[in-house]
Amino acid sequence: MKIILIGGGRPIYFLAQAFLGKDHELTIVNSDPLECSHLAGRLKARIVLGDGSDQTILEEAGARMADLVLAATPSDPDNLIACQIAQSRFGVRRVVALVNDPDNKEIFEGMGIGAISTSLRVASLIEQQLTFDQVTNLIPAGDGKVMISEVTLAESFPMEGKRIAEIDFPRDALIAVVMREGETIIPRGDTILGRGDRVLLVALSGSREQALRLLTGHGA
Amino acid sequence: MKSLYVIVVGCGRLGAHLANLLSQSGHRVVVIDRDKESFSNLSSEAFSGFKVEGDASEPETLRQAKIGQADLLIAATREDNVNIMVALVAKKSFGVKNVMARVYDTRREGLYREMGLETVSPILLAGEEFFRLVYKALDAGGEK
Repeated sequence: MKIILIGGGRPIYFLAQAFLGKDHELTIVNSDPLECSHLAGRLKARIVLGDGSDQTILEEAGARMADLVLAATPSDPDNLIACQIAQSRFGVRRVVALVNDPDNKEIFEGMGIGAISTSLRVASLIEQQLTFDQVTNLIPAGDGKVMISEVTLAESFPMEGKRIAEIDFPRDALIAVVMREGETIIPRGDTILGRGDRVLLVALSGSREQALRLLTGHGA
Repeated sequence: MKSLYVIVVGCGRLGAHLANLLSQSGHRVVVIDRDKESFSNLSSEAFSGFKVEGDASEPETLRQAKIGQADLLIAATREDNVNIMVALVAKKSFGVKNVMARVYDTRREGLYREMGLETVSPILLAGEEFFRLVYKALDAGGEK
């Protein structure tokens, strides 16, 4: 893929290394001359000096042929405008902005721009770590959209002692199997989950967090 | 004219001037700026509105300024990208009917128009005025 990366600092440097390691063709746009010469000396990427939210600079960076533009400066407005220009002026199909204020994620997405919030991502990773002890055997399926997980029910959790039918379980998640004291059950609405049960959870990525929360009580 | 609820983003010379004028004409004005020092540009006689210290590219700041009630938003910071983003967010996410942005880089005007934004370029305005004056001087010279 031809990738244009806009921004600077250590995150960009390591991101660039990761992209180059996967054999992508990389151009970095950075507005600091000193950092540009540093990057040029250390990375096998094309370096363009200038403002990434400037049409001329984006064109120079090869926006016309780019498959992906990733705007990752510390300024949300600069990232937004860079993505808008890449999209509307150069027809770049995938444009992604790093949002510094998590509040802007939805707003950017509403404008057709992929948005990644580092703080939200890190928070959710930490949350995942917390439930990790109980959640194992993660098998991705359906191009990674579906995740099959085994969850051990411990301590108290929101669904404990209730019939499955009574619980407001997310639509895109399913408790497929319950394993209890050597017995394997395909659960129905009247199945009651208890401490020590192990369940197989099949969930689309959007519903997985919520389902895990109901099963483990973590990350509320 | 009915009294409008106006948000002015950026309290530099232009923003403060507009806020003073609008407030003096009886409109309800809220000014937003990252730097509270800049509020000293407001006139204590003319301006009777509210001040919000904060970064307008953070939606929370706009909410603090009660953007949901705004009839008009003018983005007049010194950064084009901030102005455009604030204007876009005001229009698309908060449904403000009238949004205007000050832009310096005239090359981007086309793009902004496509986004449905009303823009004012100080450079184009100054250019037109100079152009007019040049012709006026030439005409006057020709008559001698």
